[in-house]
Amino acid sequence: MSWGETLATGWHAIRAHSMRSLLTVLGILIGIAAVILTVGLGLGTQKDVSAQISSLGSNLLIVSPGSTTSSAGIRGGFGSSTTLTTSDASALTSKTAAPDVEAVAAEKSSSESLVNGDTNWTSTVVGTTPSWLDVRSRTVAQGRFLTAADETDRTTNIVLGSETATELFGSPRAVGRTLTINDVTFTVVGVLESAGSSSSDNLDDTAVVPMSTMQNTIVGGTTRTAVSTIYVKAVGTDEISAAYQETQQLLLNLHGITDADNADFTVSSQDALVSTATSVYRTLTVLLTGIAALSLLVGGIGVMNIMLVSVTERTREIGLRKALGAPPVAIRRQFLTEASVLGLGGGLVGAALGIAAAKLLPSVLDSSIVVSPTAVVGSIVIAVGIGLVFGVYPAVRAARLAPIDALRSE
Amino acid sequence: MTATLAGPATWTTPAAPPVIDLRAGRKTYTTGSITFEALRGVDVRIERGEYVAIMGPSGSGKSTLMNVLGCLDVLTSGTYRLAGHDVGDLDEVELAQIRNEEIGFVFQQFHLLPSLASWRNVELPLMYRGVARNERRDRAAAALERVGLGDRLDNRPGELSGGQQQRVAVARALVGEPALILADEPTGNLDTASTEDVLALFDELHEAGRTIVLITHEPEVAERARRVVRVRDGLIQGDGPASALHDDRGYLHHDGAVPAPGAPSTTLRTDDTQELR
Repeated sequence: MSWGETLATGWHAIRAHSMRSLLTVLGILIGIAAVILTVGLGLGTQKDVSAQISSLGSNLLIVSPGSTTSSAGIRGGFGSSTTLTTSDASALTSKTAAPDVEAVAAEKSSSESLVNGDTNWTSTVVGTTPSWLDVRSRTVAQGRFLTAADETDRTTNIVLGSETATELFGSPRAVGRTLTINDVTFTVVGVLESAGSSSSDNLDDTAVVPMSTMQNTIVGGTTRTAVSTIYVKAVGTDEISAAYQETQQLLLNLHGITDADNADFTVSSQDALVSTATSVYRTLTVLLTGIAALSLLVGGIGVMNIMLVSVTERTREIGLRKALGAPPVAIRRQFLTEASVLGLGGGLVGAALGIAAAKLLPSVLDSSIVVSPTAVVGSIVIAVGIGLVFGVYPAVRAARLAPIDALRSE
Repeated sequence: MTATLAGPATWTTPAAPPVIDLRAGRKTYTTGSITFEALRGVDVRIERGEYVAIMGPSGSGKSTLMNVLGCLDVLTSGTYRLAGHDVGDLDEVELAQIRNEEIGFVFQQFHLLPSLASWRNVELPLMYRGVARNERRDRAAAALERVGLGDRLDNRPGELSGGQQQRVAVARALVGEPALILADEPTGNLDTASTEDVLALFDELHEAGRTIVLITHEPEVAERARRVVRVRDGLIQGDGPASALHDDRGYLHHDGAVPAPGAPSTTLRTDDTQELR
């Protein structure tokens, strides 16, 4: 009996009980679709996070106030303390103290209401210096960016992100228009090129003003010299760790701290951010895939169950086939084939369902799903494998039936 | 039918071995501490072309004998040669092959696969022999033609009458050109008309030179055979022409035992009441 005929016989037997076969396959189908979706979701999120972090700019170090270490008791919350100042930022521009640092941009940000007539839009207003554009790897789509003159003169010029401009003025072409923040009128001098958005941080919804203006006009108060973040751009990718050392050392010296463990700031690199984020998402993906795989296991047990029922139900058929000269191997193969065809069916339909869901869900979920061909092919192979593995026991039982007993069973 | 008999001359020479040659056949079943001797030294020899009925009541060992003759079971001791093959030393796989090539089974319950069209049922033995699909279909069609069902190739068993189903089963037994057609109570599930139908078919096959062994407990069926082997208590009780089933007054005896002349005729014996249970 050739493989083709065995396959045809298997298919025939499955079709003869189509409802039962469908229900059996359902378990595997759901498992496969779940595996493809979770792997896809994990990969998609990883991609999103990497893209988001990369969009911060290349060769970038990020200095945040506060510390994540808590060796000396509870420290001020990471990112919310005011230990970094504009003088820290200007010190880092020194070519002698930090030769591997190419450019520095301090950011002082605050959430503010931007008003254009009746239109009111809350956005992150960033006070920074002209170097920001280069350090953050942004480009201006229209108009110009802030200049040194804007900084020294504390002008009320503002550069908007494309989305902010659209929200306020109905189109990104907003140069020359005016808006008010805290009753101070600002003139739009430029609009930034879109940098894409991600779920956690919208790079296109922002408004950039001169640091001096930010400190004196928008925020004010005693913490006016404090900054939220200092972005440090290294000379090149190879110099990033040297730049890291220099930044760390210089700031420790400036803050009069000897022990790096007690630092009141945190320097992190994109690489570190990417790898942290990636590892978090990888763990999540593994976890979710594990749960999905469990459902595959349950599906496999379903296949075994139905195959055992099938063997019992078809004892007389088995007896007859044996009497007619089917060797045990042919019977075994017949049932194994049936089980694998069930697995394959579940795998194919499950994969189709998974891929379809991966195409449809992102529009609802606001998170991209990357269908990995490896996951698709792999899960179909696994589905067939599950059919095979869980088919072995029923198939062996069928092959072992003695023909006389099998023929006499009712 | 003739397609597969490649060298027919050698088959018909007197030198051909008997189809069935069973000597001192014993079969013992052990269940726990209880042993049961189903066959207690049976000798049967059936030549090519014979039409033999094996008769006996329930528990006589006739089913065991049928299983042994059909290579579905092996002897505990003794030798069994089927068409010259010594079956005693064969393993499960070789037994399957012998069954496939040398025996055509006909069962009481027909044992047709309900989801398959009749020609697909008939081709099954050829499938396990590795015959190509086209040839299988042709031969299955020829076999169905032979049993008078040439127009029922694509009907499923459920669409056929009992007699027709049994004829499909006979076609399946014929299709592989086996040395022996072994029919186990082939008319047990049939009404009178269908019984006659199937028995007529066996007569025809016998005329055509087939070797047929029919296991039955019905004397009406057994008398159609040319020779009757009577089994009782695991032993051959009698072996002779079918006419011996009738006593001197012309009565047909259910167990084939012919009462001594002058003894009261007992057409219904205790064994038969057991049979009816």
